[in-house]
Amino acid sequence: MREACDLVVIGAGPGGLAAACRAAEAGLDVLVLDAQPEPGGQVWRGEARKGTNRLARRWLSRFAASGARFRPGARVVAAPEPGLLLVEEGPSSLAVRYGRLVLATGARERFLPFPGWTLPGVLGVSGLQVLVKDGLPIRDRRVVLAGTGPLLLAAAATIHAHGGEVLLVAEQAPAARHWGFALQLWRYPDKLIQGAVLSAGLAGVRTATESWVLEARGERRLESVRMSVGGREEELACDYLGAAWGLVPNLELARLFGCEVSRGAVVVDDRMETRVPRIHAVGELLGIGGVDQALVTGEMAGLAASEQPVPDALVSAWRRVRVFAEALARHDAPRPELRRLATPQTLLCRCEDVPLSALEGCRDLREARLYARLGMGSCQGRTCGAAAEALFGWAAEDVRPPCLPARIGSLRLPPETPPTPKRAS
Amino acid sequence: MPEPRVKALTLRINGRAFTVPAGTSVAAALALAGDFVSRSDLGGRPRGPLCGMGVCFECRATVDGVPEVLTCLTPCREDLEVVTDA
Repeated sequence: MREACDLVVIGAGPGGLAAACRAAEAGLDVLVLDAQPEPGGQVWRGEARKGTNRLARRWLSRFAASGARFRPGARVVAAPEPGLLLVEEGPSSLAVRYGRLVLATGARERFLPFPGWTLPGVLGVSGLQVLVKDGLPIRDRRVVLAGTGPLLLAAAATIHAHGGEVLLVAEQAPAARHWGFALQLWRYPDKLIQGAVLSAGLAGVRTATESWVLEARGERRLESVRMSVGGREEELACDYLGAAWGLVPNLELARLFGCEVSRGAVVVDDRMETRVPRIHAVGELLGIGGVDQALVTGEMAGLAASEQPVPDALVSAWRRVRVFAEALARHDAPRPELRRLATPQTLLCRCEDVPLSALEGCRDLREARLYARLGMGSCQGRTCGAAAEALFGWAAEDVRPPCLPARIGSLRLPPETPPTPKRAS
Repeated sequence: MPEPRVKALTLRINGRAFTVPAGTSVAAALALAGDFVSRSDLGGRPRGPLCGMGVCFECRATVDGVPEVLTCLTPCREDLEVVTDA
């Protein structure tokens, strides 16, 4: 099947939705692609059905009324030439011709390997939260969380609210850095309220700074965890462990398009345009900054893509968000101990079962790929890449198509379908 | 306050029937079927969902005959047939 549009938006989280709304409201033919079955991205996952979050509800209804089209279950696998995307949608393939593009691919959790992290029952922090929101039975299950920053508390609050027994929330940051960050939140009234709401929901839950997981234990699945809690070791029997440390942007598509990436973020101008003309990037791709950044930069990109002026208020809002994002990055930076948890037998690449010991002598990611098959499996290094960067300082390489496992049929241009009526542009 | 009525639906995981509330993802439903296992790794050890967001590919299973489906992005449907590789 083939599709054509003025603007294609990849990712239907807050950034993608804001961009799509602004551009579609200005009369552009906008197509939004997302791998999930509903719009909302990770942060507003399930909100299209539940409608409990007011901000999400507002943007999702604005999106529904905007005239932008949404294609769920769509994964971009290649971009063979400027203005053309090859997309896989379940069992079918789609080619999309576009005039402009907004990358709103969001972020994933930063996983670091530790002994036992491949046992069923060990998930990411937000990964466990997402599954609980998606119906994982958690009532009276014993849960330990090990991570960092506001997302750790958000996950704990969700699990606690669903009846899970949260035994321990282990924050890796040193106490001074953690409380220093919390005290800075007064500059961001919205975040202060969020923080207060989260803490109120967690009354009675044990929380410790300078704490992390040492090992997950079990036979067929997780049975217990060994933790370092403020310098002392503790073993806790539990059913689930959520362990991940902050977020990293999903840069694969930006790299595939050849956008400049510097210090782990896509380089953009004041119109959110990358160094590749007609390709914009928004939200977490600019450095982890949360919903506020996604909405502000999404609106800016949508306005720019439809050739409208960007109001000064948005530009200054973006500057404010960046200050918060930088404080967050300092707070969430994994401490050195977290880089030394894996033993030689611990798998680093979970797809190709590559243990740490297999990387001996490798000097960069390329050698690790060639000699040890690190990052050569299904997820294409999406999990072990950030870990290898944290452990060894290996920078990510260029991305080559297909950037996800794809059917051969999805890599050629699909046959022409009867033309759909096209809007004059 | 009356409890909101949630529609239930029934799917099969490795041949056994399970009833879940509508809106449950297949990955979440795997926890009902035992050890929360989706696949085996190259050495035959069990693996379960990890990222919940369609990134890590750990939750892949055969759904209605289609192999390697990311179950964390797949909502449960009536009569869905899930086969795990474990």
